[in-house]
Order: sequence, then C-alpha cells, then structure tokens
Amino acid sequence: MSTETATVAGQRTLKMRLWRGDESGGDFATYEIPAQEGEVVLDVVHRIQAEEAPDLAVRWNCKAGKCGSCSAEINGRPALMCMTRMSTLNIDEPITVSPMRGFPIIRDLVTDVSFNYAVARRIPAFQPPKLAEGEVFRMQQVDVDRSQEFRKCIECFLCQNVCHVIRDHEDNKESFAGPRFFARLAELEMHPLDTLDRRRLSSEQFGLGLCNITKCCTEVCPEGIHITDNAIIPLKERVVDARFDPVAWLGRKITGKPDPTPAAVAASFAPETLEQQQAARALGKVGSHPQTSGA
Amino acid sequence: MSEFETHIVDVLIIGAGGAGLRAAAEASAMGASTAVVCKSLLGKAHTVMAEGGVAAALGNVWPEDNWKVHFRDTMRGGKMLNNWRMAQLHAQESPDRVLELEQWGALFDRTPDGKILQRDFGGHRYARLAHVGDRTGLELLRTVQHRAVDVGIEVFMECKIVRLLHDATGAVNGAVGIWRETGKFIVFGAKSVVLATGGVGKMYKFTSNSWEGTGDGHALALWAGADLIDMECIQFHPTGMIWPPSARGLLVTEGVRGDGGVLKNIDGERFMFNYISDYFKAETSDTIEEADQWYENKRDFRRPPELLPRDEVARAINSEVKAGRGSPHGGVFLDIASRRSPEDIRRRLPSMYHQFKELADVDITKDAMEIGPTCHYIMGGVRVDADTAAATVSGLFAAGEVAGGMHGANRLGGNSLSDLLVFGRRAGIGAAEYALGKSGEVVIDELQVASVTAHALSFFDNDGSENAYSAHQALQDTMQSLVGIIRTESELVEAKDKLAELSERARVVSVEGHRQFNPGWHLALDLEAMTAVAQCTTLGALERQESRGGHTREDHPLPDNEVFGKVNMATSFVDGQVRLRREPLPEMPTELKELFEEAH
Amino acid sequence: MTVVDPAKPNMSVTAVQIGKVRGGPPLSKVLRRDRWWIQPALIVTGLTLFAIYATWAAFRNGHYYAGSLGRDYLSPFYSPCLAHICSTKGGYSGWGPILGSWWAISPALLILIFPLGFRMTCYYYRKSYYRSFWLSPPACAVPDAGSAKPNGRRKRYTGETRFPLLIQNIHRYFWYAAVAFAGILTWDAIAAFRFGNSIGMGLGTLIFVINAALIWAYTLGCHSCRHLCGGGTNRLSEHASRYWIWKNIASKLNEKHQLFAWLSLVWIAFTDFYIYMLTSGIIHHDPRFF
Repeated sequence: MSTETATVAGQRTLKMRLWRGDESGGDFATYEIPAQEGEVVLDVVHRIQAEEAPDLAVRWNCKAGKCGSCSAEINGRPALMCMTRMSTLNIDEPITVSPMRGFPIIRDLVTDVSFNYAVARRIPAFQPPKLAEGEVFRMQQVDVDRSQEFRKCIECFLCQNVCHVIRDHEDNKESFAGPRFFARLAELEMHPLDTLDRRRLSSEQFGLGLCNITKCCTEVCPEGIHITDNAIIPLKERVVDARFDPVAWLGRKITGKPDPTPAAVAASFAPETLEQQQAARALGKVGSHPQTSGA
Repeated sequence: MSEFETHIVDVLIIGAGGAGLRAAAEASAMGASTAVVCKSLLGKAHTVMAEGGVAAALGNVWPEDNWKVHFRDTMRGGKMLNNWRMAQLHAQESPDRVLELEQWGALFDRTPDGKILQRDFGGHRYARLAHVGDRTGLELLRTVQHRAVDVGIEVFMECKIVRLLHDATGAVNGAVGIWRETGKFIVFGAKSVVLATGGVGKMYKFTSNSWEGTGDGHALALWAGADLIDMECIQFHPTGMIWPPSARGLLVTEGVRGDGGVLKNIDGERFMFNYISDYFKAETSDTIEEADQWYENKRDFRRPPELLPRDEVARAINSEVKAGRGSPHGGVFLDIASRRSPEDIRRRLPSMYHQFKELADVDITKDAMEIGPTCHYIMGGVRVDADTAAATVSGLFAAGEVAGGMHGANRLGGNSLSDLLVFGRRAGIGAAEYALGKSGEVVIDELQVASVTAHALSFFDNDGSENAYSAHQALQDTMQSLVGIIRTESELVEAKDKLAELSERARVVSVEGHRQFNPGWHLALDLEAMTAVAQCTTLGALERQESRGGHTREDHPLPDNEVFGKVNMATSFVDGQVRLRREPLPEMPTELKELFEEAH
Repeated sequence: MTVVDPAKPNMSVTAVQIGKVRGGPPLSKVLRRDRWWIQPALIVTGLTLFAIYATWAAFRNGHYYAGSLGRDYLSPFYSPCLAHICSTKGGYSGWGPILGSWWAISPALLILIFPLGFRMTCYYYRKSYYRSFWLSPPACAVPDAGSAKPNGRRKRYTGETRFPLLIQNIHRYFWYAAVAFAGILTWDAIAAFRFGNSIGMGLGTLIFVINAALIWAYTLGCHSCRHLCGGGTNRLSEHASRYWIWKNIASKLNEKHQLFAWLSLVWIAFTDFYIYMLTSGIIHHDPRFF
C-alpha cells in the first residue's frame, strides 16, 4: 500500500467538484480540502459536509460496500463512493462526483431510485413446492451456487443506472426491468425448487429482449456479479427454449404438449398503471399480484 | 402550525431491518394493516452487515444439538443476566424461523445431503450457524424484504421518526416523522407501534454500526415512558478493522476465526492461550497442538481460545495492546493467510477478502489483518415481555437489537439474526393482536403533533455557533474514552457531567440551509436520541459495580453474582430526567436451572 | 388540522414515473476521463480488416488447396471441399467434390454463411458490434449515439425485440452448424498430417492444428453451448456428466469467450492466407518438421 498512499500523503490539496442542485437545476461546486491518508471518496465528501457544506445531501449507510447506498458517478464512472479509494484516482486533476444520471434527482448527490422498487414489486416471489409435515427442503450446493451468486446483489442500482436501455431511453422504463431484476429473475428461474416458470414473463413483461448484452452492468457491479454472462444470457437462452426455438415449438405442436409458460400467466404480471395501483390501494390490496400473495 | 400528511394503520413498525420486516410480514399475515417506516432505503438496514450466520439448533451437522444446548450456551454467554424466557423461546423457535426463510426463497449453504450447512462460532458448543458464505445478514434481509414486498406492506422510506404519540391513557397511538427527502412532516396514527430500530453504536467513535445506529428506538421508548434495561452492557466486537483510519471500526467477521484464523501479537505469539478464564477452561484447548486439531476433528478436541465469547476476546486484545504488544496501528494481528490456502480463503470469506482488498489494499490471503475491538452491539434495550415483545407502555412493542434482555450481558455471535426472526415474529403477532383487539378509531392529538413539529423546527431558529457535527464528535469522544470497553468510577462520573453538558449543547444546535434532504438537521435530531441513550448507558455503568460480559469495571473486575447478578439496571424518563432503578431479574424455573448443573 | 394528502406516495408502492428531471450534467456530456473510445475504435478496426480480408478470400475462388505442393492443406474458408478434389489421394479419402466441378461461383460464399451466421449471432460479437458500430452504447456511461436528439430516429430503442434483431435468438442453430464445422476443421487438421503416403508434419500442419483447437475453444465456450449442455437445467446435481461438462468445459471456456472469439478469427484468416501464400508462390516452401 505504501506506493499508492505516498501519492495522497504529504498534505496535498484535493480539488473536489461535487454536483449541487435539485430539480430546478444545478452545477458542480468546487471544494478544496487537504488530502488525508487512506481515504475513500465518501470520506472526503463527509469531510466537506462536516466542514464546509453541512447541507450537502449524500446518501450512505454502511460505508463498507455492503448496503449499496452511496452510488454515484465518480469522474463519470458509476461506482460506490465508499469503495473508491482516493489513491486510485488522479488527484492532480479535480475529481468530479455527480449523482447517478440514470435516475431523477432529489438533491445534490441523492437520486430518486423508486423505479427499482416499483419493478421489484412486480417480480413474482419464490413459489415453493408443497412440503409434507416435518419435511425440509433438500438442495445440493451445486444447484444453489448459481442463484447464490445473484443473491450477493446489494441493490446499489449502479447496473440500473448505467444500462443504456433506460439511461438513454427514458420511455423504456415502462417495459424494461433492468439488469438487477434480470439477475433476480434468473435467481428464481434457476432455483432448484421454484415451481413457477418465469421464462415467458421475463421476455414479455420485463423486457429481456431490450437488453443488447453490451455488458456495462457487469462492468460496474461492485460485487463482481457476472450479470450478463451468468444471469441475462442464460435467461435469454431459456426464453429461446420457451418462445423462439422453432424446433421446440414444432415439437410441442406435434406432441400436443402444453406451452411451458402460457401467455396468459405471463400477462398477469404486466406493469400496473398508477390508476390501477391507486384503485388497488383504495381496496386495501396494496401491491400483491393475485398469484403471489398469501402463504 | 406546520403542515403534515397523515396515515392511519393498525400496526406501525419503525425500522426495516430483519426484525422490523419480519414483524411486518407477521402482522400483515394476521390481517392488520401494516406500515413500515425506515430512515434509509428499503434493504439497506444494518442487518446486511451481519456476516457469520444465524444460530439455530437444527442439528444438521451435529445431531446432538438441540434447543436446550443452545439455550444453555446463550445463557452462559450472557453471563446469566438474560431474560431466561426470551432465551428459551429463542432457542426453541429459531430452527423453525430459519426453515421458514427457505420457504421464502433464502438459499443457505448446503450440507452434502442437501440440508442447511451450519458453521462453528464463538460460544456455541456445536456448529450451529446457518450461513451463506459471509453474507448471511444480506441473505436474511433480502428474504424478509421480498416477503414483505410480496405480502404488500407499505414501506415509508427515508423517513425519520422524531417522537411517538400517545392517547389520554398514555398508550402509544402513533408517531411523528420527517421525510428526509422533502423535510416535510408525516404523522402516523396506529393502534400499536413496534420499535425495530437497531442499535446505538454511533455514540462511539469506533463502531461497526452505520449512521443509522443512533439509538432512535431506545430514545423513543424512553421519551414515551418505557423502561430500558442493562444499557451498560455493550458488546465490543473483538475484531474490527483498524486501518485505514476511514475504515476503522468496520467488522471483520468471527467466521475468520471459525475457519482457522488466529490472533497474534507483535511478537507472533498466539496470546489467547493466556486469557482462558476459569469459566471456559473445561471446554477450551490449552495447547496450540490441541487447538489446531479441533478444526479437523471437533468431536475429540476442545475449541481454540480464539473462539471464546466476544467479550473475553475483546478484553484480551485490549490487554495485549495496553501491555505494548500491539500492532503498529494499535491493534493485534488476525492471521488466516498462513493457515489456509488462498483459494480456501477466497471461497469461504469472499466479502472479507473483498473488504480488505478494496478498503485497505491488504490481500488477506497473503498478509495478516490488523484488528482491534469495535463497538458492535448493545445487549441492553427496551424492557419487553418475552412472549409478546410488549414494552412497559401499552401499545408499544420492541424487537431485535432495540429490545433488551434476550442476550443478557453479552451476545453470542449468530444469536442476533435468530433473535430478529424469533422476536420480530413475536412482536408482529403481539402488536397485531393488540391492535386488532383494540376498538375505536385512532385519534391523533394535534397538540402533541404541533409540539413535536415545533421542536423539530427549532433547530433552524437556534442562532448559535453549535454545529451538529462537532457536538456529535464530542459525544463520541466522551463515550469512547470514558464509557468504553474498560470503565472505572471516576471516569464514569466525569462522563455523567459531560453528558449533561452535551445534552444542553445538543439542544441548541443550529442548522443551516433548508429542510430538503438536510443531513445537518437529521444529525441534530439523531443527536438528541444519542445523548439520551448515552446517559442511560453511563448511569447503568456507574451503578453496576461489577464486571459482567459487555460491562467491564476496572475498579470491580469480578462478577458479583449475589448482588448484581440478580438485577437489571432499569432506566426510565421521569420528569424530563433519566432515572435509574434496580429491577430483580426474572427467576428461572427449576427444570431449566438443572440444565446448568448437568453440563460438563 | 391541516392534513395534506400524500403528496408523495411512498416509494415501495409507486408506479414507474417517466420523464422526471435527472441530476448532474446532461447525459450528452461525457464525464469519463479515460480514453473510453479506444476499445470501440480497436474493434471497428479489427472487424473491418477481417471483413475486407474475408471478402477478398471468399471471392478469390482459387489458391485454397495446397495439393499441388503435395500437402493436404485445405483453406478453412473453403472447407468442406465442394467443387474440387481436395485430396492428394483422390476420391473421398480427403474431401471429395461434394457438389461437383460444375459449381462455378466460389464455394466459400456457401460455406461462409455458417461461420458468419454463428459469429454474427454470437453474444460476444453482438456486444462488440452493438457497441462499436451501432454506438449503442459506445462505452459505459457514454450515451447512445443520437439518443439525445429530441425527435431523432434513434430516440427510440427496441433492442432485440423486433425483426431483424429478433433473429439473434436463432444462435443455437448456428451453434449446431458450428459444431459440424469444428468437426470438419478437425478432420482437415488430421488430413494435414498426410504427406503423400507417409505421415508428416509441416508448419502448415501446426497452423491447422492450432486453428482447429481455437475453433473448438470458441465453439465450446459459446453461451448457447453452455445452456444446452447443462445450463438449462435447474438440478445439475442430478446430471453428473452434464454438470461436469457445463462446469469444466463450457463455463471455463465461456469466461474466455472474447479471447477465443478474437484468436480464432485472426487465426482462421491467417490459415487461409498461409495457404494462399503457399499456392500462389509467395512462399515456396512449407517447412517440414518430420
């Protein structure tokens, strides 16, 4: 560590350009603050907050890369502020920290990530098989390995932020769930005991086909989850099995086997409109799809 | 009067960690309309930091294990100060709670025959911790989060509760909060309120807790007239990061030691062998040879001393450092690099590997970690009824870290996650039954609301130079140096005086800027909770003239079973002041007492 | 009492809201400091060079079989041999004229449909050409080309949900073909050990063996292969051999799919070019090792 910290030590001055502003607009504000040893970007932001800008809004929590709250764009690259060491940045130039630009702004570095919660609510939960009295689940480690990788997700939403499908095309937010939720769908789809076939709905209701596998989600994932290779592409391949494979389709036609994921089931997971939600709330049925509620 | 929005529910749950969400799922399943309020976003709660596992006597690895052994371990770990009934319920119910998580989609690591794998942890006689690598807390939180979302619970995120409301009889019937985002007020009317706010770590300088651990629930209960117990019993986790300064306090999971990591001083000596107390002699290895064989053959050898309960290990590290045998940055070394292969380490401790690599630029497969004690967990908390989790004020319930009694004077690793599940569920049932059994509409007292909002806004009017950040720092310095891991009467008295002064400073803090997402204002509000809690801790520490678990008095180094072993230190708010009284510990029934006689 | 209706419905039950103001500078302003454009530039260069070479090689319709030098070296662009006798032994012991010598246009044009289809629909190549040619996106946190224009043609983005890109889902059928082609190229590598009536090995043989190995490494690391050989099942533990293949072959090679995609691409062109050099007299001699 000595070589890296040496560049930070020696009372050099950091030039930090932090985004200040809200819905009505904003700009970078520059703060100069002495460098300290062994800091991450979030530490510097906190010092600025404590010493110069007490009302600087920044969202953070565990400061250990485990909760995924302090997502931002550091020198234009989506990253967690708590996991970006100052020693990895070139401090000869000013360092810019901007909020995630894929989501609406609340204030300063804080964004409105409610999009993600709205999508999360639509994902049908795990549907366990019926167990006999006293019986417990039996699953082999090799069968849970794949889903466990996706359960490492800390929901920092950096992948959602960087994904160009919604970052650059706002309209797609209506029909596209985003990488985080493809990982969630893959987790459930690969679960050895889940009883719901999630292939058709992944494609028809969550917009899997919009993904053009350009892999930025994987690049920014602070947990190192191989979102594209291990979640999205395997899910796409499973969707091919269920929807696009002409031979499989023909086979089903000839043998009379039912469609593994009937379109009607998939359609029931369609996004609700705000009006539908309000109606549901008025009836006291908040946010649970008929298929997923109840024990 | 300030404007506010109002929401009326049956059960209001404050806190969206494991306990809060588990309570919410249960209350909702019982048919109560349920809302959850949390200071952060959903899914960010401090539960994610729990690494090692969730303790439950499933008996998957050791068929000999059962609730009685777990109960005994818990009580002994807690230095018998636990509420026996809580410890019993916890030990009996945790296996079902863990299996239930699987029904909701949790994916624990597996045994070769496909059951849930369990790992060893300090103070547990058998390998008992169901786990997922070293991110069990995340798994647990995600599972209950998905469950809560699935059953359709309303979650109010980034909303801080400032005060609870009560009706004419003094029963709690709602709460006043602030949207962090807009700074606007939000009022909840609720027939019952569950506190699940977690811990108090932020009153210390070095802590594993996140900014949320400001004792909100403890203070809300205190202000609402409820009792807190044993607030002096605070667990300093023996292995927190020491370097770099910004990461100081961050937790290093006990799993490192469970998987073979050992503690060494600057001379390379495995010093824990010098600190085996009589209490644990029978079950702890006294030679390196024996200790090393335990990892492979747990049946025939005794546990290494590195896996003694946390308080013992923390004190030992403290002594080594004091004796001048510490590491360069003032801790000791935790070494797994020389004991396990790099692949093994990366596979079994992925998030530790990640944490050190990213934050300290240390490769734990090559170098030893520098670690030292860090404030981790408060055993004390809201005094509750074991079966229903009801506090001493009607309508108020508490579960998880904010509740007291379950862990006695010291908590065993892994018992926290199971505590969340067992008592989260019980609090959900308790609160829902209470709410559903209560007739009539909730009536919100506007005058109370007005006084709370006026108080909260007063920080903007204070024209002084007092800054929330520096007052907070002063509080942390005071608690760290005077009410830290080793305590003594003169320092506690000094702390008491300083805290009186600090609560005055906290009252006159002035806040700059406007109400929208203003962290300075939020800290000012957190600070009043922290100072109140710090006073409880200090009073309890002064009164408990003995050393027991997470409370160590230099001037009273031994436990006093005759006097202090039989009482809880109860603190409550009387006439605007924190008052302390001794409350007798509930008496354990004979059949449970016998468990301790037959042991070893 | 002033009660305000929930101005802001709480997050967990809110529908997606479109069109709210974003924070930070506009997306069109790239804040990245690194030279993010290098990668797309390299890929454009690499793929363009290959396309030019492959076009030339495909229309060459000659200089693809080194039988005249006594070597059974058949250019991979022209294998299997369709319109010529590509064996020093004659007949079918090497590749016979499958179509017959009446076939006049370059057989490579028929053959190349399959490898080209395989690579065009390959998940790795899709990533690289969507990024580098379509600029969608050119790099992470760099906006899609044209997306910022309010009513621009590229304002809307439909990904792979419509024709023609919907066809990408056919990838696995190209993979089946690719396995057959890998088999053919393996046969060619074996045939390259035939030196008249004896067994020998020349520089060309080595080039063919490496070519076959790289093609297999690329083909077996294919995402569709990974799915078909085991990834598609949820209980791998119940299929020991499929699990073994999935874990130790398909997944291992898949991690290096990008690497093998490029190596096999460059090498196959080089293999063809080597045959061309030998047969056109640019080099006169294929060094023989034994």
